[in-house]
Amino acid sequence: MPKLLTGAEIVFKCLEDQKVEHIFGYPGGAVLPIYDELKNHPSIKHILVRHEQGAGHAAEGYARSSGKPGVILVTSGPGATNVVTALTDAYMDSVPLVCISGQVPTHLIGTDAFQECDTTGITRPCTKHNWLVKDIDDLSKVIHEAFRVATTGRPGPVLIDIPKDIQFAKTKYKKPNKEKKLNGKSHNKFSQDQIDELVKLLIKAKKPIIYTGGGVINSGPKASQALREFVELTGFPITSTLQGLGAYPGDDNQFLGMLGMHGTYEANNAMHDCDLLINIGARFDDRITGKIDEFSPNSKKVHIDIDPSSINKIIKVDLAIVGDVTSVISKINKTISKRKNGHSKSNKSNIAKWWERIEKWREKDSLNFVNSDESIKPQHAVKRLYELTKNKDTYVTTEVGQHQMWAAQHYKFNKPNRWMTSGGLGTMGYGLPAAVGVQIAHPEKLVIDIAGEASVLMTMQEMSTAVQYNLPIKIFILNNQYMGMVRQWQELLHEKNYSESYSEALPDFMKMAEAYGCKGIKADNPADLDDKIQEMIDYDGPVIFDCHVDPNENCFPMIPSGKPHNQMILGPNDQEENKIKGKGKALV
Amino acid sequence: MPKSKSAYSIPTKKQKPDTYIFVVWVDNEAGVLARVVGLFSGRGYNIESLAVAEVDAVKNISRITIVTTGTPQVIDQIRLQLTKLVPVHKVAEFKREDKGVIFKEMALFKVVGKRNKIEKCLNACKKFNPVILDETKTSAVIQITALRREIDKMNKKLKPLGLISTSRTGAVAMTRGAKIFN
Repeated sequence: MPKLLTGAEIVFKCLEDQKVEHIFGYPGGAVLPIYDELKNHPSIKHILVRHEQGAGHAAEGYARSSGKPGVILVTSGPGATNVVTALTDAYMDSVPLVCISGQVPTHLIGTDAFQECDTTGITRPCTKHNWLVKDIDDLSKVIHEAFRVATTGRPGPVLIDIPKDIQFAKTKYKKPNKEKKLNGKSHNKFSQDQIDELVKLLIKAKKPIIYTGGGVINSGPKASQALREFVELTGFPITSTLQGLGAYPGDDNQFLGMLGMHGTYEANNAMHDCDLLINIGARFDDRITGKIDEFSPNSKKVHIDIDPSSINKIIKVDLAIVGDVTSVISKINKTISKRKNGHSKSNKSNIAKWWERIEKWREKDSLNFVNSDESIKPQHAVKRLYELTKNKDTYVTTEVGQHQMWAAQHYKFNKPNRWMTSGGLGTMGYGLPAAVGVQIAHPEKLVIDIAGEASVLMTMQEMSTAVQYNLPIKIFILNNQYMGMVRQWQELLHEKNYSESYSEALPDFMKMAEAYGCKGIKADNPADLDDKIQEMIDYDGPVIFDCHVDPNENCFPMIPSGKPHNQMILGPNDQEENKIKGKGKALV
Repeated sequence: MPKSKSAYSIPTKKQKPDTYIFVVWVDNEAGVLARVVGLFSGRGYNIESLAVAEVDAVKNISRITIVTTGTPQVIDQIRLQLTKLVPVHKVAEFKREDKGVIFKEMALFKVVGKRNKIEKCLNACKKFNPVILDETKTSAVIQITALRREIDKMNKKLKPLGLISTSRTGAVAMTRGAKIFN
């Protein structure tokens, strides 16, 4: 008779078979049997966070930087509810997470027991799927299924709720079903005809643009490789969403920079005026499209996505190709290369005029800002940070707000999986714990959280985690004493009524660093900035960098809400002409 | 588009919403109905009626029939979002006007009153296969099967004749001829 294992042992057996090396978690009454079993499984390292939300974001950072699913272990009740923000964040940004939560024993479910909550009910709308395991014989099957659901198709978070009595109960362990190697094929629902149709459009196009998103990153490094080939073959201009940065080299001439609300002038104008728009792994988010009716009005639209429900959700497209980005682009590249008469050459001359127009837009230099000798401009700080770290294969996370947009605009990424930011949900407090997760996955790499002082305070407690595991993460705080993006909207939309957006009584970040047992660096003079950044990079250990920046700086360019792509506000000088009127106000 | 869909985009080009019927085959497991219904409420779709029961005890399959309204774009989204749910096997949808599909609701009417009033009620229900399920000297429970709007109409009509309680199901649907949903 085969050996009977407890539920807790089965949990670890499954994790081992799924090749999990790290789990992020926090113990509590309803998961104690699982924590008790931890010591018998040396191949799995547990990272103790300080708050379950931190565990979730750390697992997200881990997953996004490594391509492997992030695993979370939390207790029932408050443990589970605390992780909900991170699960929702992962759901919006398609990050594969497996969250295991403890639950009160089955006979107490529904009795309002201590630390009981309806975890599967609460997390139903923010997971791809979740399970409450009421029968020990289902446990191994459910866990393996959970990993499959989280990592296939459009990735996302899943949750497994395991009552305490199930963790003690015994049964036989079932190995995962050896599935046939599908290589994502089950999600590829496209045909060669569709590819041919696309290639025809490519050839006809006079004003094309490629618009890529997080789907390219999620599809793996091969997708970025294929994308680079595709862009080279066609000679087309390419722009990227916030989540897609790094799939194509940010310093390449064919790259127009990020598009959308705080995208570049050239990217947004090209989106508006193009005659062929190729969306690869993006979802026409409302921060990208601006006003829907006037979104890219004269273009043929192509949408390549693994998730059929993304197609025609916001923008009607002319050609939809449902499939994994790697497979689709590789197929396109092959088809282009096969065509005789060197299509790539003839097409490049087709679009020469288009490039001339783009260069005109580029001359606006829309990311420009007025630098200063007296105060550190936040954009300047990001630019210096980029210059001083660009040769180091740096991983960057961010919080949410102005600093996030400045980081996206001025930090140029050349590789996928180097940029982790909360886009869909816009979770302040994401970046610090995410940096913890990234550093766990890449212990030798430089990991920087470009932060705002308001955001970082939301999950500051995770510095303690960084210190405990000696994770040399660098928290680079652009400290403007305001919730900067809120202040900016209030300036532009609410007559400078800065309601509750100023942070009174900010902590002294230097003393805070000291209290946590890490290094604090403060900079408030542009002349010292480079030296101090270098000091931060060279320090072998976690650093809190308090960079005092100009508090009144706004993030430009921007598309005011309710406006189309070609009506951007460029900078302080341009604002008078583009006052945001009535209707747009409701949209922020 | 209904305002509840999003606080961000301006609802501009308004398409006309139509009534559609969705038929969804799901694993009969705990919470599956909550997933389907939660998807509708969470994304701001409308449910006019709902009928659900197990249809295959061996394969453990339930069949959910949902009547909803939406523009073609919303209806597409509902289908695609439903298809993404893990316990969902198959989704079919059709317009209410579709001649190839039958759909029916059942209603139970309790009428209390004198014999002649009850007779009048039965007479009024004649077109809708009335069955008397319970009868006393002063009351009757009448079952009819009909379309939603027909039942609505009967409901109004029987009120003055002594109707004191109505219980009705959601619509269920079946294709005509040898064809099945696919």
